[in-house]
Amino acid sequence: MSLARSVPLASTAAPIRQRQLLPARSGMVIAAVVVSLLSLLPLGFVVWSTVDTGWVTASALIFRPRVGDLLANSLLLILLAVPISTLLALALAWLTVRSDLPGGRLWAWLLVAPLAVPAFVQSYAWVSLVPSLHGLLGGVLVSVLAYFPFLYLPIFATLRRLDPALEDSAASLGLGPWKIFLRVTLPQLRLAILGGGLLVGLHLLSEYGLYAMIRFDTFTTAIVDQFQSTFDGPAGTMLAVVLVACCLGLLGLENVARGDERYARVGTGAPRLAAPVRLGGLALPCLLLPALTVLLALGVPFLTIGRWLAAGGTKVLDMGEILPALWQTLSLALAGGLLTLAAALPIAWLAVRGRGALPRLLESCGYVVGSLPSVVVALAVVSVTARLLFPLYQTLFTILAAYAIMFLPRAIIGLRASLAQVPVELEHAAASLGKSPARALWATTVRLAAPGAAAGMTLASLGILNELTATQMLAPNGTRTLAMGFWSYSSELDYAAAAPYALIMIVISLPLTWLLFLQSRRLADR
Amino acid sequence: MSFLQVTGLSKSYGAVAALDGIDLSVPPVSRTAIVGPSGCGKTTLLRLIAGFEVPDAGRITLNGERLVDEALAMPAHQRGIGVVMQDGALFPHLSVADNIGFGLPRNEPDRARHIADLAYTVGLDAAILRRRPHQLSGGQQQRVALARAMARRPSLMLLDEPFSALDMGLRASMREAVAELLESAGITTILVTHDQAEALSFADQVAVMRDGRFSQVGTPRDLYFHPSDTMVAQFLGDAILLPARLSRGMADSPIGQVTVESAERRDSARIMLRPEQIVLEPVSAAEATASAAMPAFAYGEVKKSEFAGSYCTVSLRLLNTPDAPAAAIGATPLVLRRPSVEELALGSFVRIRIVGKAHVIA
Repeated sequence: MSLARSVPLASTAAPIRQRQLLPARSGMVIAAVVVSLLSLLPLGFVVWSTVDTGWVTASALIFRPRVGDLLANSLLLILLAVPISTLLALALAWLTVRSDLPGGRLWAWLLVAPLAVPAFVQSYAWVSLVPSLHGLLGGVLVSVLAYFPFLYLPIFATLRRLDPALEDSAASLGLGPWKIFLRVTLPQLRLAILGGGLLVGLHLLSEYGLYAMIRFDTFTTAIVDQFQSTFDGPAGTMLAVVLVACCLGLLGLENVARGDERYARVGTGAPRLAAPVRLGGLALPCLLLPALTVLLALGVPFLTIGRWLAAGGTKVLDMGEILPALWQTLSLALAGGLLTLAAALPIAWLAVRGRGALPRLLESCGYVVGSLPSVVVALAVVSVTARLLFPLYQTLFTILAAYAIMFLPRAIIGLRASLAQVPVELEHAAASLGKSPARALWATTVRLAAPGAAAGMTLASLGILNELTATQMLAPNGTRTLAMGFWSYSSELDYAAAAPYALIMIVISLPLTWLLFLQSRRLADR
Repeated sequence: MSFLQVTGLSKSYGAVAALDGIDLSVPPVSRTAIVGPSGCGKTTLLRLIAGFEVPDAGRITLNGERLVDEALAMPAHQRGIGVVMQDGALFPHLSVADNIGFGLPRNEPDRARHIADLAYTVGLDAAILRRRPHQLSGGQQQRVALARAMARRPSLMLLDEPFSALDMGLRASMREAVAELLESAGITTILVTHDQAEALSFADQVAVMRDGRFSQVGTPRDLYFHPSDTMVAQFLGDAILLPARLSRGMADSPIGQVTVESAERRDSARIMLRPEQIVLEPVSAAEATASAAMPAFAYGEVKKSEFAGSYCTVSLRLLNTPDAPAAAIGATPLVLRRPSVEELALGSFVRIRIVGKAHVIA
């Protein structure tokens, strides 16, 4: 009886709602699905090429001593560099947030600034300072210096907004300072440490230039070597399979360790700022840690570049070569950034406004793909265009698409955060004041989300600016970006000619690190 | 013999003096409330007693043991003082049971039972023990925080506005339950609050604080009826302040004669009455105008009456002004909250009668 009555009701109500909502919404959904499918291309390529190679050949290529060596190298690198970076970042974050270290704010920014130095430039600086630097220990040293800010940033941000009342409570319950740190503070930092550690681990796996420069073999360097000698032969592709497996393994590990914890602050009162710990007589020794870190991570690159510039004199400042490279790099970064933003928009919009499983699935797609090394993305794009879409092979469009795939997550994070701050009610209010849906969207959501979109795009552009591996493999003939120019000179050991390129890359990136700094604070507040 | 003794406590943040020479003496197994507007320094005082911060000057002793003086400052974790913070400050990464057991030794035998007992004591259901803090309601969170603070059997418990996050109905019942619980456990309690009703109903001893100093310390009844100044008088409730002439234990005020405790003779003084002390008796217009010259009673005419449910705000014009100095005051209307059932019609007349004694404030 009640069923019979409810059916006609539902069937009369539904079409009206669908007619009104379908066009805008389904357009976004379709766009999001298409972008996600395209971004899954590298993963699909890995799976397809494994199948295509056949089990016998594949297993022969995967289970061999060379792969074992590379695996051992990569694992050792991760097992050493990630914990060392974590400890360093923890100590630095504590000193800059919780102690009365002189110049705390300045140190905080200086400790994020090494992100402006591309990893391969960091490596170049060290190799030209200590020519004998190579192998695992060299790799660990340079990796820690290049990547510790990825851990420092989230720990710094989380530590800043931790409610000191928790630590006060622990003290009133009889815990001493060290025990409070271990039992209360550290557990609160867990998510920041896991997230930052994952990011560092993924960078260790996917970086090419840093390790090529100090002659330390990882999967990525081996894949690039293979690519340069045999193009996309099965040997290189099978290495890529193992590399992807490693990345997904890291991702899964972090996911398991994270669990479904929620560390939300309980209660509503405004958190007090923690009173800084007085270092007293320890201030000077404590000052050594950030000072030394900044000296090694920022001072060494600047000193080396300065020295080479002085040694090379005006001879190396070949403006006829540098200016076109700068122009090409900036255009690629801008175009790639815009394309990435456009690709991220439907996914971010769905993630904030959509309901159900699809938005979440699409979003996590983006993150998985974003964790894939650029060398794998490039390999996939090269193979697919060379074999299936030859007209697109080595065109501007192809490289921009590869950039969009690689930097999609960066753009999504920024967009998502700022879209989430725009309540949909504003759009409704605009509509009730007589604006058409498109104009309502433009006048409210787009306006308010613009800063986040700009930040997301800038981060993607920053990535493109310093991108070396994929650019080398994909760029149309005649392309010479700053990174490529730097790399070709430093590979020829012409360190002086490489110096101006390195300097320009750092100088352009420096202001952008400030953006990262701000963004991490906003993310921590979410 | 005082249990907690605070002497000459001072603390400044930069140029701002948060505490300026505080003296406080708390008897054992008593309840003290520190009440004052926000920013008066009451939370700072609590944090100094708990040991979260170190004073610039002054001494604190607990049960004869020195916690802070010029030479030493015992760190918070050695003081054994329980603290319940404004929003509970539960550890979000631990379950309710682990929160309650946080201060207990990990290898304590019967730990689980101890935790369950504590939960039972504060009225928490055992099923809640495995949940996370964010899954609890505000009242439950406060109970967990209380159980956690009681686990180490502190002799002194500090409550920093623990009820302010709760809704009105829950607040009163929670306050009553906590007071009973702490008293039966023999724990001395200090409550910090900005809610005067909470302070007066909770404590044996109330300290009113302003600008880093105590304005007055005493029993709730004493403070309410005998405030030392107008600020204390108005902070603790509605107060009617009137000019008066004192002589032989009586005060002549614009609303009639009233007894006062002071026997002094003064032509110009100020007295305070609580609105509850005033009774309005309807009279005829004739009586009101006829006896306008009678000094013992004042008469008034209802000029305004605003209905607000359980009460009405009534504005009275005083008809007889007994003497010249008060004439100016007499012209200003007397505004009172009355129960709505009194039904004082506009334009009707009342005789004003005063119950009890007035308090001479200055």
